[in-house]
Amino acid sequence: MSAVPVLAVADLAVEFKTRAGIVKALDGVSLTIGKGEMLGVVGESGSGKSVSAYAILGILDAAGRVSRGTAMFGGTDLLKADEPTLQDLRGRELSMIFQNPRAALNPIRRVGKQIADVLIRHGSVPRSEAAGRAIEMLAKVKIPDPVRRAQAYPFELSGGMCQRVMIALALSCKPTLLIADEPTTGLDVTTQAAIMDLIAELAEEQGMATIVITHDLGLAAEYCHRIAVMHAGHVVETAPTRALFAAPHHPYTHKLIAATPRPEASLRALAAIPGGMPDLRAPKIPTCRFSPRCQRYTADCDGPLPRIPLGDAAMVACRHPL
Amino acid sequence: MTALLEIERLHRRFAIGAPPGMLAKAMKRAKPQPLLHAVDDVSFTVGKGETVGLVGESGCGKSTLARLIARLLDPTEGAIRFAGEDIGKIPAKGFGASPWRARIQMVFQDAQDSINPRFTAFDTIADPLRRLLKLAGQRLSLQVNTLADQCGLPRELLSRFPHQLSGGQKARVGIARAIAVQPELLILDEPTAALDVSVQSVILNLLVDLREKLGMSYVFVSHDLNVVRLLCDRVVVMYLGRIVEQGPAAEVFANPAHPYTKALIAAIPEPDRQGPRVRLSGEPRSPIDPSPDICRFHGRCPKGSDRCSQAMPPLAEVAPGRLVACHFPERIAA
Repeated sequence: MSAVPVLAVADLAVEFKTRAGIVKALDGVSLTIGKGEMLGVVGESGSGKSVSAYAILGILDAAGRVSRGTAMFGGTDLLKADEPTLQDLRGRELSMIFQNPRAALNPIRRVGKQIADVLIRHGSVPRSEAAGRAIEMLAKVKIPDPVRRAQAYPFELSGGMCQRVMIALALSCKPTLLIADEPTTGLDVTTQAAIMDLIAELAEEQGMATIVITHDLGLAAEYCHRIAVMHAGHVVETAPTRALFAAPHHPYTHKLIAATPRPEASLRALAAIPGGMPDLRAPKIPTCRFSPRCQRYTADCDGPLPRIPLGDAAMVACRHPL
Repeated sequence: MTALLEIERLHRRFAIGAPPGMLAKAMKRAKPQPLLHAVDDVSFTVGKGETVGLVGESGCGKSTLARLIARLLDPTEGAIRFAGEDIGKIPAKGFGASPWRARIQMVFQDAQDSINPRFTAFDTIADPLRRLLKLAGQRLSLQVNTLADQCGLPRELLSRFPHQLSGGQKARVGIARAIAVQPELLILDEPTAALDVSVQSVILNLLVDLREKLGMSYVFVSHDLNVVRLLCDRVVVMYLGRIVEQGPAAEVFANPAHPYTKALIAAIPEPDRQGPRVRLSGEPRSPIDPSPDICRFHGRCPKGSDRCSQAMPPLAEVAPGRLVACHFPERIAA
């Protein structure tokens, strides 16, 4: 990791106002990512992976509110920046690959035009050259016959193709930071491998920092340098990938790894994680949000949640780490 | 192991595009409609108490095949023999009323979309019992309670509607409904695709328990090869409607013989991967009116030669129990 991180999120807290009360979706989330680094953010659904990304990009739902924290990106605090600043950054410096490419692309605009739009908006190329650059981008993400495909509407392309268009769109202005939110969910393993190879290759080539949000630990393990594990709005553990799998320190990480089907494990050896996440609307949420599901729970877990640094950009939020 | 289900040379073709108009027909100028070959000359068997995994990319025909076996779709050609009887002859429309319906049941891909949003969990599970076994009253509720217990669904959740249940609970409701009439064959179409790993392991273990307790056979459709490896005795690999390889799961995963199977296994994410990754390039061939003389995998295959574009490789035995459709299969150590 380089000395100055590309993005440093510190103590981020997000709340959602709902009819059933205030949902404390994120609480004290801290993440850093360096140039050229690929950071995996993993966790079960509802753990706050996507909300973290939305908060960083300033695209939270209207019911959501950042209640605390900073997200320093090259001297700008993204959480306090005004909308015009963010609009200028998004798509140029900060890019995102959304979960469902078919829903994220404009259904009634040809994909080549959609890429050209981004290039023109950020003034990176003259209007006359935008269409040509869009085709170049499509070729770069290995879409066969890019000249013809630039004229296609999203519905004419397969899921894997749409995802490639999404990547071309996100990378068209050579962003400093890319957030890929479940970039391969719903795709086949062979397509998934091709898409992830492509993201890794382009990230390396452009020295881009990449955050990969996924619930697939195996995927994060193969591609990411470092992994942050989230549970119920907390980052419970951060560690370099190899170290995390070799010796997980948080009981949740340990369970999550044990529950993931692996070639060598038998079905009976797959662990279950009993219980669910605590109700984040409750007036009193346990300080350690994993404690109701944890076998290592003791009374002192109810004290303030520690965040113990473990050196080498690693951290564990547990009083009784493994 | 006696075969419970025998699929023999099964085909399903879908006509696509608009059918020829009346004028074209009257003038005898009607062009034949293009046909999409979703399932093409597929044969395999499922033994009693056996679990067969169906794997392949989306669009390879595995879901169509599952729906053919579950008799929700009619085959174009070929036989589906269940306990010796060709049930492929019974039209799908009338299959629900036949006595066979209770013997083959299905668990659908998305529990959310496959259960009636206006039915409580109780009514969802009771539905097949009412329709197929004509149960009512106390005997019905007794049976539903037993099923809920078997599937690990707390009884107090039976009065809830789908939107009040979690993903794992809905999966349990879907399974309870499918096993309610004690089928001999259960077809599972990606039953855990929408679940988190923590829940997935529980559901998979439940399926294994039920298989042991009730002696059912499973056809397990999945694109998660790690799950197939854990759950299945045998595996059938499909590519563009055709079987490219089948054999005992452990052997196929350890020593894939077809280049496609090899690529599929290489695509499973693996921490600490050693050496280069085998990757497929190119796009699959079109499944619409495909040539019967070109291997479907030709063009994406790292091994392709002229022979592959001149003759379709037949599914042939390369080792006991191992069938491969390739002109140049990998050598398998005997």
